[in-house]
Amino acid sequence: MISLEIPRRLRGVATMARDVAQGMFRPISRKYDRAEHDYPVELDSLRAIVDGMAKGGSSIGATEIKREKSERKGVRNGKNMAAVLNVEALCWGDLGLLLTIPGQGLGNAAIAAVATPEQKERFDGKWAAMAITEPSTGSDSAAIRTTARLDEATDEWVINGEKIFVTCGERADLVVVWATIDRDQGRAAIKSFVVERGRPGFDVVRLDHKLGIRASDTATIHFTDCRVPRTNILGSEEIQTRKGFAGVMQTFDNTRPVVAAMAAGVARAALDRTRELLRMEPRWRRPRWQLDATEAELQRLEAELEAAWLLTLKAAWMADNNQPNSMQASMAKAKAGRMANEVTLQCVSLCGALGYSEDELLEKWARDSKILDIFEGTQQIQQLIIARRLLGKSSRELR
Amino acid sequence: MAALTRFAGSEFADRNGLRPIAERLLHRAASEAVRTGKSAGRAFAPLGELRKRSKLKPREGKPSDAFDLTPTEDQQMMRDVLRRFARESVRPAAHDADMHPERGAEVLEAAGELGLTVDVIPESLGGTAEHREILSSVLMAEDLAWGDMGLALAALSGRGFAAALTDFGTVDQQNRYLAAMAEEDAPVAALAIDEQGPRSNPSHPQTRATKVDGGYRLVGTKVMVPMATSADLFLVTASVDGEGPTAFVVPGGRAGLTRTAARTMGLASAQLGTLEFDGVMLDGSTRVSPEYDHARLLDLAKLGVCALAVGTAQSVVDYVIEYCNEREAFGEPISHKQAVAFMIADMATEVDGMRLTTWRAAARAERGLDFHREVKLAHILCSDHGMKVGSNGVQLLGGHGFVRDHPVERWYRQLRAVSILSGGLVA
Repeated sequence: MISLEIPRRLRGVATMARDVAQGMFRPISRKYDRAEHDYPVELDSLRAIVDGMAKGGSSIGATEIKREKSERKGVRNGKNMAAVLNVEALCWGDLGLLLTIPGQGLGNAAIAAVATPEQKERFDGKWAAMAITEPSTGSDSAAIRTTARLDEATDEWVINGEKIFVTCGERADLVVVWATIDRDQGRAAIKSFVVERGRPGFDVVRLDHKLGIRASDTATIHFTDCRVPRTNILGSEEIQTRKGFAGVMQTFDNTRPVVAAMAAGVARAALDRTRELLRMEPRWRRPRWQLDATEAELQRLEAELEAAWLLTLKAAWMADNNQPNSMQASMAKAKAGRMANEVTLQCVSLCGALGYSEDELLEKWARDSKILDIFEGTQQIQQLIIARRLLGKSSRELR
Repeated sequence: MAALTRFAGSEFADRNGLRPIAERLLHRAASEAVRTGKSAGRAFAPLGELRKRSKLKPREGKPSDAFDLTPTEDQQMMRDVLRRFARESVRPAAHDADMHPERGAEVLEAAGELGLTVDVIPESLGGTAEHREILSSVLMAEDLAWGDMGLALAALSGRGFAAALTDFGTVDQQNRYLAAMAEEDAPVAALAIDEQGPRSNPSHPQTRATKVDGGYRLVGTKVMVPMATSADLFLVTASVDGEGPTAFVVPGGRAGLTRTAARTMGLASAQLGTLEFDGVMLDGSTRVSPEYDHARLLDLAKLGVCALAVGTAQSVVDYVIEYCNEREAFGEPISHKQAVAFMIADMATEVDGMRLTTWRAAARAERGLDFHREVKLAHILCSDHGMKVGSNGVQLLGGHGFVRDHPVERWYRQLRAVSILSGGLVA
């Protein structure tokens, strides 16, 4: 039966996350925006809370959101739904800090999705970053050049290459590295490998200075004959021309709604604060053209947020109910990314010099939000995915 | 059930292979009736038999209910019927009805045979409603508008009238009109809410009902009224001095009422027109019950408009997908160009956002939750993005989009009405 309300059980989960956002993130939000590259030590205590929340059946980030086989009949509001609710609430607090919660890296999502039981045990409790992008390879992740060669003599993979834009690259215990095991075989030969920090040949050579999300470290990592055990490959060693890469890309169907939720949280924060500063309660009863320009704009922005948020919930709901959701995940991400950027920028503008000042967080959110339309697939990549689905086109036809 | 029976036996159902679906619906209705020990057929109560106003309860909902986008089985069956009807009967008639509104009559008659009103009329009055169906109204409007927004508006205006009387009619009005609306040859009925003037506000009708001996004297003008010149009944919003807004049931042939067909940018197939009330005398029984909630009526009407926008905008998306895949330029389909493909991706995304916000407002309304904020948000999106989708639809066809051989220019004209129309269709 159609209902677009959040069930009570999950509302409680989101309330807890909102408390963390308000009580832990907001007070240190500006501090780590200014102190870029300093590790937010306050977050160490968060690890215990996160573990507690995970035990209570709700995941705080992308870690646990692989698809579950449905045992019960009926509609599920499961881990995907819980994840987007948590993330939305936490990002109302601070996006940069969310991205650097210990133990909640994107690499953890990849491990949770495809690791063997033996690997899961070995990497349990570790914080895992994800290294995909290279200096000359952004959205076109099938073109990566980092190589992994199997040394049969020692039963080790030997990794060589350069990775950039690695979120938590300096702070994480592990990095999941995408590398090709045969450059001539294209995407099918791309595999992911778990590399533990501190292995010889693993060097963090640079931390980026960024427009926003400065609390979160973004590293460049060089791999020079970096050796890892053969058992550190995630998934099969075989080159399956048909399935391999598609399997890797499928992870994004689960993580894109989470990024959309981040966007919803940041936008909500900016709208809430703007209404506080302007002392404008919504006047829903008035016709649109009877409102002053500021109130009319705030209502329009709230409508855009509502659309993005419901698209996000839809994509998560589909994932929870084992419905293919590639297109809907991309729709949520595309809409939410552009929405959050527009909303936060407009809120700065509506609040004038106060919005532009570092005395308020509005300018920070407007800087932070830009990444949401870029990482986990840019706006344009999402449009490509949506358009190919709608139009029934292959990646060769619609390039 | 009476309406379903008619539908199952109708020529339309037969011609379109819908009889099995109709029979399934009928079977369900029958088993429901047996289960609850009620016979809907007995419900054509003569005037005055009922002592109490019928009031439908909201659908039962619990705070623990899951987020879910799955229609009920009944809703899905109705969607299957209406989508097929929209595709096979409404769409083919749309062009002609836009040029010559009177030629929409046949398809409207067929729509009438589908029994589009019975499920908002209480069982005690001959309908099938067990609770107030609002989501169903939205789904119906969406599916029919996919065929044609104007014809959908005309086909569902009676449902809107019935829904409004179910919520706000007096016992006398319900007995007299709702029972008739559930019957074969139901009267044609419509809502008259909108008023002329660039700054008119439906919350404060300028149409005035002045108290006189024996009732009220109605003065004012209503515009954008569907089926204006042919409807048998109107529900007219008006202000009573010292009391604020209310509504009156006014028969179409009342002395002092002048009805004229209007020529508008779009929606000709809805047979929009103007009602001028020049001192129309109404007795006290024509006024709706004291429980009348003007804001709720306007919100439900807005919801109906949103649903029409969603269906129309979806038809634009579906059309340009097909067109851009077929149309070739520079040696390949134009859909192979990102500039084209990305526009379509954005259109589809925004339409889904419109749909979800509209559904959320409807689902809240159906459960008796406050839905004013939600319907306002949906309406903002449907106004802005609906129009943008309409405009891009024409753009994607280029010069071909500008000529009336393709429906996109019609949808462009119709979607402009979304931000203007307040009445027409109460969900």
